[in-house]
Amino acid sequence: MHKYENTDTTPSPNEGITEPTRERLQPEAAEHAVAGNQKDLPGSALAVEHYIADIDETPVAATDSTVADEAPLSLWRDAWRQLRTKPTFIISVILIVLAVAIAFFPQLFWSEDPSSAECLLQNSNGKASSGHIMGFTAQGCDVFSRVIAGTRASLTVGLFATLGVVVIGGIIGAIAGYFGGWVDAVLARLGDIFFALPLILGALVIMQLPAFRENRGVWTLVAILVLLGWPQVARIMRGAVVEVRNADYVTSARSLGVSSFNVLLRHIIPNAMAPVIVIATISLGTFIVAESTLSYLGIGLPPDVMSWGNDISDGKDAFRSNPMPVFWPGLALSLTVLSFIMLGDALRDALDPKSRKK
Amino acid sequence: MTEQTSHPLLDIKNLGITFSTSTGDVEAVKESSFSVMPGETVAIVGESGSGKSTSALAAIGLLPSNGRISGGQIFFDGKDITHIDESEKVKLRGNQIGMVPQDPMSNLNPVWKIGFQVKETLKANGLPSSDKDVSRVLEQAGLPDADRRARQYPHEFSGGMRQRALIAIGLSCQPRLLIADEPTSALDVTVQRTILDHLEGMTQDLGTAVLLITHDLGLAAERARKVVVMYKGRVVEAGPALDLLRNPQHPYTKKLVDSAPSLASRRIQVARETGQETDELLAERPKTEIQASLQHDFVQIENLSKVFKLRGAWGKSEQFTAVDDVSFTIPRGTTTAVVGESGSGKSTIARMLLGLESITRGRISFDGRDIAGLKGREMFTFRRRVQPIFQDPYGSLDPMYNIFRTIEEPMRVHKVGSKAEREKKVKSLLDQVQLPQSMMARYPNELSGGQRQRVAIARALALNPDLVVCDEAVSALDVLVQAQILNLLAELQSELGLTYLFITHDLAVVRQIADRVCVMEKGKMVETGSTDAVFEDPQTEYTQKLLAAIPGAGLMIPPEAA
Repeated sequence: MHKYENTDTTPSPNEGITEPTRERLQPEAAEHAVAGNQKDLPGSALAVEHYIADIDETPVAATDSTVADEAPLSLWRDAWRQLRTKPTFIISVILIVLAVAIAFFPQLFWSEDPSSAECLLQNSNGKASSGHIMGFTAQGCDVFSRVIAGTRASLTVGLFATLGVVVIGGIIGAIAGYFGGWVDAVLARLGDIFFALPLILGALVIMQLPAFRENRGVWTLVAILVLLGWPQVARIMRGAVVEVRNADYVTSARSLGVSSFNVLLRHIIPNAMAPVIVIATISLGTFIVAESTLSYLGIGLPPDVMSWGNDISDGKDAFRSNPMPVFWPGLALSLTVLSFIMLGDALRDALDPKSRKK
Repeated sequence: MTEQTSHPLLDIKNLGITFSTSTGDVEAVKESSFSVMPGETVAIVGESGSGKSTSALAAIGLLPSNGRISGGQIFFDGKDITHIDESEKVKLRGNQIGMVPQDPMSNLNPVWKIGFQVKETLKANGLPSSDKDVSRVLEQAGLPDADRRARQYPHEFSGGMRQRALIAIGLSCQPRLLIADEPTSALDVTVQRTILDHLEGMTQDLGTAVLLITHDLGLAAERARKVVVMYKGRVVEAGPALDLLRNPQHPYTKKLVDSAPSLASRRIQVARETGQETDELLAERPKTEIQASLQHDFVQIENLSKVFKLRGAWGKSEQFTAVDDVSFTIPRGTTTAVVGESGSGKSTIARMLLGLESITRGRISFDGRDIAGLKGREMFTFRRRVQPIFQDPYGSLDPMYNIFRTIEEPMRVHKVGSKAEREKKVKSLLDQVQLPQSMMARYPNELSGGQRQRVAIARALALNPDLVVCDEAVSALDVLVQAQILNLLAELQSELGLTYLFITHDLAVVRQIADRVCVMEKGKMVETGSTDAVFEDPQTEYTQKLLAAIPGAGLMIPPEAA
């Protein structure tokens, strides 16, 4: 129910401003309010009704008394709540957990040790049979066991290259963004130089250097990928840090007397990490691919290390007669890369600052 | 009254607007009714989230895609436009209903020249759009040298000029209704005044009705004949501006009238002129004067200058003087306000006092010591005694820190007390700023603007500082929340004997809280003195202009004088 009030206006002697006298009317009557004089519209003869909503229907809450009822949420918990119902996130996490488990405990998954003398030439290019669901390679090794065994090398390269890129790129980017000026200029140019080298081509060239050629192995490869991959992370970190650097909470931390380094460590980096984490999950996939590509080209991991790339490389000669030894490691590679990229996508949506609740 | 004049131009009846969000439907506007007569200016007042902009956007058919009209009707010129299709809405926009949007900084397309953007509007509504017409439209909006201005890009314009350009675009097709959504909220008070004066003149000449959306009741009452007060999506009161102001009926309107700083400031002024006491003066004069006599030069700023080097072409640097030879003192236990428009150098002074910016010339002494000479340990101790509160309640708290960690941080950094003692202190600080202790585990993104500002105050007080520098600490808050925070600051001052340096652009706030005031213009200090003296007898033209620009002049005449 609403109360309508009518202003039966009379010109005020001093100001010419209307001084209302109230009189309650029926709603119908108030719809066509009676005329009065207004100083700012001398020509029109319109009165304005004074409407008041029913106070019981529009209670006034205490100013600024709202407290959210839900459990407290940090940025990460908020992201987690969004993620846990997303199919892409769930599928990618299941696949990644599986891949990591295989990498740590391959013996739980394979039926026979692929590196032992179990490879029998009589099985060369053999078809799939019971116990050997993926068939045999040209050397007579069980393809399934080799795919399982190759997981560790491929995943190690991917994970550690990513870790290295995030740490080194992150530190360089954070320093460049935080200090700015000539430090930023020097680091940015340095990054540009490495950016100009395509990953595979650069790795090809570096692998030819004697020091690297003689020490081929998982860690050499990781070092090369980190060397060529850090500028991308550095750029993103730099941008995020520059954005956060001028936030008021950083200024208030500085005016508290928090040291420059601690401000960077405690306030800026945690708030600048979200885009870096996203790019890290995506580049993890590309590093696994890079390992395979280099191994395929014969300059990645040495032939005695089992990896998907080496297996694909070995299988390519007999591809026309027996494509399966190439297909299975290729499928494992694609699935792993896909799951990391899917994880990156899901994380990007959940951590996007624009979608963050204000 | 003839039948024709009683026919409203815009008539909104029982309007309901619903937004579908991820957490379900939210009814943003409920059963709201109001009308705008031809040629009439109506203001909608309300806090953020009250549905005032949403109602106006519904009238022009520009609701966001997840919003829909869920009830009621909108009539424009007698025609029901509630559910008309898009092509009819397009016809309505521009030459029937014009719009001046809120933020002049983001509402002009930065890649097109101003002239092109005006021309676009004229063309879209089938009006002559030669260069001459464009400059005529711009000239009418009060842009001098319109020919040249039309060839400039938005970034070459100041905020006020951009708003004029937007008004030119809004009025270019001579609409019958102009919706002005907070047209001057982002502008300085003096610019606000000239723009609103100009808008008023133009709309009167054209006979355009104006629907003015604002959060400032003083401004609304000054500019509009009729004021509609919205609260939580409902119209709680509507009526003639003066009637509403002098005789508010709804509790929310009463609260609003009591709290609006522009009105409070005017009331204080009127009370002082008529020799009355008013409890709206938050600064406690008698007490502070005793304290002031104890230490008058607590903070002493002498001939302070700050020159910034701007990077020019080819490594040449240009010099820009942000603060130019400023001197004033802050007596202990008092509130000193530095007032000025944007770019006046007021925030730079605050940053220099906080030790965040180096001093080019002059000196700042704090409790007898020159702060430029402080090194290492001494600086650390100094920081403990001087704490800031910043403007943006969304930016001043680290989103990754929960409230407990945020308030505890100063104590942890300065190694005050054990963990248990710190927790006790955080709890008592939360009590002091009137927040529940359950708030400790929450994160800033769950708090409202006012609650965040309370947390920022609690953090500033954690180390028992002597001086608190408030840089536009209440500017971003809604009127009622602003009044609450100002009260809280005044209470804390009398309890703890704090000294405040209050940096603000809002003279109305100064009137309520400050003992002394320094007025700055373009880096120079133009006037300083006690707040009473400056407000009652401003010496310089600039101060007079600033004071006159506070909305609500002439509205607060006590009833017996009216």
